[in-house]
Amino acid sequence: MKTFLDWPVLRQLRGDDVLGRGSAVRSRRTEELTSRTTEADHVARSVCPYCAVGCGQKVFVKDGEVTQIEGDPDSPVSRGRLCPKGSASKNLVTSPLRQTKVRYRRPYGTEWEDLDLTTAMEMIADRVVRTRRDYWQEHDEQGRRVRRTMGIASLGGATLDNEENYLIKKLFTAMGAIQIENQARI
Amino acid sequence: MAEAHPVGFQWVVEAKARGAKVIHVDPRFTRTSALADTFVPLRVGTDIAFLGGIVNYVLSNELDFREYVVSYTNAATIVSDDFLDTEDLDGLFSGFDPETRTYDTESWQYATQEQDAAGDDEAMQRETASAMQHETHGMQVEGQPPRDETLQHPNCVYQVLKRHYARYTPEMVARTCGVTEEAFLEVCRAWTENSGRDRTTALVYSVGWTQHSVGVQYIRTGAILQLLLGNMGRPGGGIMALRGHASIQGSTDIPTLFNLLPGYLPMPNAQDHTTLEEWVDAVRHPGAKGFWSNADAYGINLLKAYWGEKATPENDFCFDYVPKVSGDHGTYRTVLDMIDGKVKGYFLLGQNPAVGSAHGKAQRLGMANLDWLVVRDLFEIESATFWKDSPEVATGEIVPEECATEVFLMPAASHVEKEGTFTQTQRMLQWREKAVDPPGDCRSELWFFHHLGRMVRERLAGSTDERDRPLLDLAWDYPTHHAGHQPEGWGEPSAEAVLKEVNGYEVATGRPLSTFAEMKADGSTLGGCWIYTGVYKDGVNQAARRKPGSEQSWVAPEWGWAWPANRRTLYNRASADPEGRPWSERKAYVWWDEEAQEWTGHDVPDFEKGKPPSYRPGPDDDGVAGIAGDDPFIMQGDGKGALYVPAGLLDGPLPTHYEPVESPFPNPVYGQQANPTRKEYSRAENRMNPSPPEEHSQVFPFVFTTSRLTEHHTAGGMSRYVARLAELQPEMFVEVSPELAAERGLENGGWATIVTARAAIEARVMVTDRLTPLRVEDRVVHQVWLPYHWGQGGIVTGDSANDLFGISLDPNVLIQESKVGTCDVRAGRRPSGADLLGLVAEYQRRAGVDHDLLRPIVTTGPGALVDDEGDETPRPAGDDGTDGHDGHDDTSGDHQ
Repeated sequence: MKTFLDWPVLRQLRGDDVLGRGSAVRSRRTEELTSRTTEADHVARSVCPYCAVGCGQKVFVKDGEVTQIEGDPDSPVSRGRLCPKGSASKNLVTSPLRQTKVRYRRPYGTEWEDLDLTTAMEMIADRVVRTRRDYWQEHDEQGRRVRRTMGIASLGGATLDNEENYLIKKLFTAMGAIQIENQARI
Repeated sequence: MAEAHPVGFQWVVEAKARGAKVIHVDPRFTRTSALADTFVPLRVGTDIAFLGGIVNYVLSNELDFREYVVSYTNAATIVSDDFLDTEDLDGLFSGFDPETRTYDTESWQYATQEQDAAGDDEAMQRETASAMQHETHGMQVEGQPPRDETLQHPNCVYQVLKRHYARYTPEMVARTCGVTEEAFLEVCRAWTENSGRDRTTALVYSVGWTQHSVGVQYIRTGAILQLLLGNMGRPGGGIMALRGHASIQGSTDIPTLFNLLPGYLPMPNAQDHTTLEEWVDAVRHPGAKGFWSNADAYGINLLKAYWGEKATPENDFCFDYVPKVSGDHGTYRTVLDMIDGKVKGYFLLGQNPAVGSAHGKAQRLGMANLDWLVVRDLFEIESATFWKDSPEVATGEIVPEECATEVFLMPAASHVEKEGTFTQTQRMLQWREKAVDPPGDCRSELWFFHHLGRMVRERLAGSTDERDRPLLDLAWDYPTHHAGHQPEGWGEPSAEAVLKEVNGYEVATGRPLSTFAEMKADGSTLGGCWIYTGVYKDGVNQAARRKPGSEQSWVAPEWGWAWPANRRTLYNRASADPEGRPWSERKAYVWWDEEAQEWTGHDVPDFEKGKPPSYRPGPDDDGVAGIAGDDPFIMQGDGKGALYVPAGLLDGPLPTHYEPVESPFPNPVYGQQANPTRKEYSRAENRMNPSPPEEHSQVFPFVFTTSRLTEHHTAGGMSRYVARLAELQPEMFVEVSPELAAERGLENGGWATIVTARAAIEARVMVTDRLTPLRVEDRVVHQVWLPYHWGQGGIVTGDSANDLFGISLDPNVLIQESKVGTCDVRAGRRPSGADLLGLVAEYQRRAGVDHDLLRPIVTTGPGALVDDEGDETPRPAGDDGTDGHDGHDDTSGDHQ
């Protein structure tokens, strides 16, 4: 039962916390609060997605949702620190502006349309096959064998994983697409 | 560094607290300057003059670390008598052909070297950015070029260097760079006094350095200085490139680049690499020394990883399946080809060129002329919406109802929604665990490309067309697992299985390889990227190692994994003296253990473990055996650090100050104005501002540069859509000095319009003494600064700074000059609609670039001041049957 003796100022005077910076000023509500990091179901060891310093991140997950992202104090690179961008990366991955549905703009269209993911994949595969076939080049203008297509180009990779870049280059090379570039050229 | 790599900067601050002196050289006072001991503002685009001045200071005062320089660099090597320097030729080197604007590098060679450069095609090397392979190649040196270890021979590299930089005096540096002689000399003293046996100095640059028409030579100048002062391969020394994307190092190592295959193997070109043998010989140079002599194994392991059991010794491991390059297929060439209707389909993978690439308008006009475009991104970025809300829609240059490009916006998985490795800026791979499934239709690139490959192969199944064999025979059977809500057959491929293939393994047993030395050239092993071999050593994902930094040595070798072979500092043999002893106790790092007869130390030695310092190769030894026990630079053909580069660079063996392509000043140092070998595209949509000796350069009197803000990231695709970051930096702005504000009537918080021959953009004005007018060539020059993060999308919007730039490229690597240009600055907002085009056209007219696209590029020697047509790129026959040359576009082709 609460009495007037529980008033913080009296607790401060009665107890050993005369400066009022410890137990005297803690309410039950404060005592009952727990951090998102302790309530997490699991923690993934990750790396910041922005610049190339490679700061360690701990990604806290509860009920299948990211609840917090913090710097990893174990990292010898970053020692737990994150910059404003790294600190905002929970906001990056949970942003309500994230595009989570495929969007399609037909030729001469003035608005986006919806499209199933697998339908979009089928359509893209059709276009790749067709463009490769229609713009195939077996020899260049000097008669040298080049076996390639100049109809397909790609740009990107610096924000992706090594494993992804590996598959991208492997598939495009087998396809004969050579105009494959990323930010390292820019 | 404090702005764009803040967490890395903690180490600089900590070093400062322990007594290190921090010097910041930058056109603009930033958060880095605020924490530095010394801030030196300089004119944008004059770094070679500045650093060349320090080289001159070192050489004329004999302050070089002589024992290191004689033993570990090519200072003593004697250069051919035929070599003529920029001193002799007013800013050109010997071998220049004004017609092609390329060098024949034969006269640059060492004195008795066999002249194998005679057959080189330097124009083709520029087209294919072949210098980029040298990220790991080093240069090849054959035979034993003569040396004079007293460094007195007039043609030894040391003396050549001394003559080359003799005119880079403090007075010349002050006049060119706009710095005071006192500030310059303070930097000289600090750098030299803090280098030697007991002390080392680090040079840190951010990759804006690469975005110049002389970008490679910027970094070369830094390398010369660090070699002369003995700062390479030693703790606390080195040259650190601060790269700007989480895995941009990885995407260079395992390249999504036109001229490279994984591990810096060249994409074969149709001219020189028609057979497997020609291709591997072009890399290993039979008879040359150094570690590239095993290139046949690296190449064959890659082919075997690509085509699996179909790749056999009998069919040259399917080498024939690799498409051939034949010229410049870089991103800018490709975008211009889109404008010309030659490219039909385009993938954008986490990249936003509408904002992030130079010349935004060319990017967007190119995209508007495709058949189809696939954009994979987290947000609805500008490159996905160019057809409805780009600046060109406002001006009428893109009309949605007339734009045929079909656009697929495919949502991507974020970094916490997939697993895989990033390679950070010091070559370290770190594995990320997956935290959650991606939402909705969001998928990883791994998923997208795995299934795209599967579907393309299904569509071609049964094809008898020989051209489809490379796809049908591709090793494309990665295990998948069900993740989240994917329908049957659409599982997520295993990133770890891909990493194992990248690492390499024994084909028969599946045993992962431990080092690239285990790679065989007979098809019994495969591996997708030889420099990454070891990341899956013992079947353990070494990149996933997370031993806390506090529980291991300061080198922290058990956190992640660095290529090659988990070495954290490259060329660390140089941290010991020629006899193998540390240069000093204080700077001990790797040394020879006489008792154990092996190299040891804090890091993995970057040297053959059992090769003693006393080892000397015999006259016939080549390959690794050709490297002596006191030659630390083991990827170089002579084992020496290259002060002078006889082969491998297209614009000169020594860095030379050239003005930026757009400059208000004539070159104070030589008659040659700008880099004579740069790559140019003379086209109606790519008009360049005039520079001396041309007339009308005063139409664009100011110098501008761009960089990042802490709170935003590159083209804004990962920051302008994030509420917290958008709130911290809510609007596009331009920084101007109080003096320029007074001169042009600019008000703090008001608007300014910045104009070039390509575009006019508007921005809020910030009047600040972070920018200061500089005195250059006895007159004052104003510099303005812009962040380049904005576009029309996201929570906070604004005009894009990269719209201001034209396209001209460094000849070695085909990277654009987008850190310096000239401009005009006017008070007030820009006009809109057709009036905006009118304003730019008016400037083009006043500058005399409206009717004439041709610029004089060679400004000295025979052939000077002839209008150049830019580069006639060797290109394949287009679908229209022409040879595809751009030549000189007339103005009727203008996109207005």
